Amino acid sequence: MHPIRKQRLVLVSLMVVLSSVAIGLVAFALRDNINLFYPPADVIAGKAPTDRTIRLGGMVVEGSIERSETELDTTFWVTDYEASVAVRYSGILPDLFAEGEGVVAEGMLDGAGTLVATQVLAKHDENYMPPEVAAALEGKIAPADRAALP
Amino acid sequence: MWTIIHKMGSPPWFFRFSGTLVRWLLPITIALLLVGAVWGLLVAPPDFRQGNSYRIIYIHVPAAVVALAGYYVMALAGAVSLIWRIKMADITMRAAAPVGAVLTAIALVTGAIWGKPTWGAWWVWDARITSMLILFFLYLGVVALFEAYENKTAAARACAVLSLVGTVNIPIIYKSVDWWYSLHQPASLKLTGESAIDSSMLYPLLLMILAFYCLFALTVLLNMRAELVWAHRESSWLKQLAGGA
Repeated sequence: MHPIRKQRLVLVSLMVVLSSVAIGLVAFALRDNINLFYPPADVIAGKAPTDRTIRLGGMVVEGSIERSETELDTTFWVTDYEASVAVRYSGILPDLFAEGEGVVAEGMLDGAGTLVATQVLAKHDENYMPPEVAAALEGKIAPADRAALP
Repeated sequence: MWTIIHKMGSPPWFFRFSGTLVRWLLPITIALLLVGAVWGLLVAPPDFRQGNSYRIIYIHVPAAVVALAGYYVMALAGAVSLIWRIKMADITMRAAAPVGAVLTAIALVTGAIWGKPTWGAWWVWDARITSMLILFFLYLGVVALFEAYENKTAAARACAVLSLVGTVNIPIIYKSVDWWYSLHQPASLKLTGESAIDSSMLYPLLLMILAFYCLFALTVLLNMRAELVWAHRESSWLKQLAGGA
């Protein structure tokens, strides 16, 4: 290869490597801000701020959803299988919200350690399958899932 | 090997070669898009949790995959342009940028439309979505930077540097769902191991990804041909090709 071209090749490679390292360091320094939510274990450990709005993410604990008879109020527990945090929310929940499914709740922690949510988002997983396959895997279809079927 | 590369750099040869390629690629792309869309939207079964709304995956994922791959095409052309100073590489880079921008926009818009019924929000500032938005701005940046220069050789050099620096974003987009807590779910398609998507839904998805790759190649080639015609509008070979008019 011509020496000038070789020199340019080295320059181009250096440019890519150095900019990657720079941006990698920035991303590493900002990793706490890039995370969309805190897992319950971090909230229990006191790593999440209590004086401003945070997001909490995890799985809705099976059997923990309690709906009010007269209002839109709902309470449920969110877990990462290490710790659990209670969430109180008043509003319409997304269709995919269900026990045992992923959820991201945005709101502020009150004095008792309950997250008073202003928004609840459903986090679904990467699995896609036809209803029959899911039924065969589960042995049955959970009532919450049956409602979502066409 | 070197003769092929030299031929690729020759506008008359490339113009004729790409003409043949386009003639074959056009019907193949249309056929793949039609079969993939009908298979994915009508034949594939509904999802056990999302019902029919998951079917937007057949547009969303192919657009996003090819938007990422297309960025490497643009950056690689930029590197070739910087090192070997081949005009055809400039044209490739310039032709890929707007196509990539449109694909990224499609991925972002279909993602928002999908996000509303499944997550409950049109837009969330999570790592995957934000890095994808940065990709959109990078593509637009290359287009704008090229237009900002009067001297097109300098423009190509600046665009090549921008697109090469931007390559760092591609692995970030790809791994964002694994590196950070995000609302976007991890990848369903896996290069190694079993995919997390049932085969009855996977095959039309793979077909659509292939169709989008063909669509990308086709539109970039057409863009390059248009660019060539404009750049060589006074050349004798082009006048000969046009029938000596």
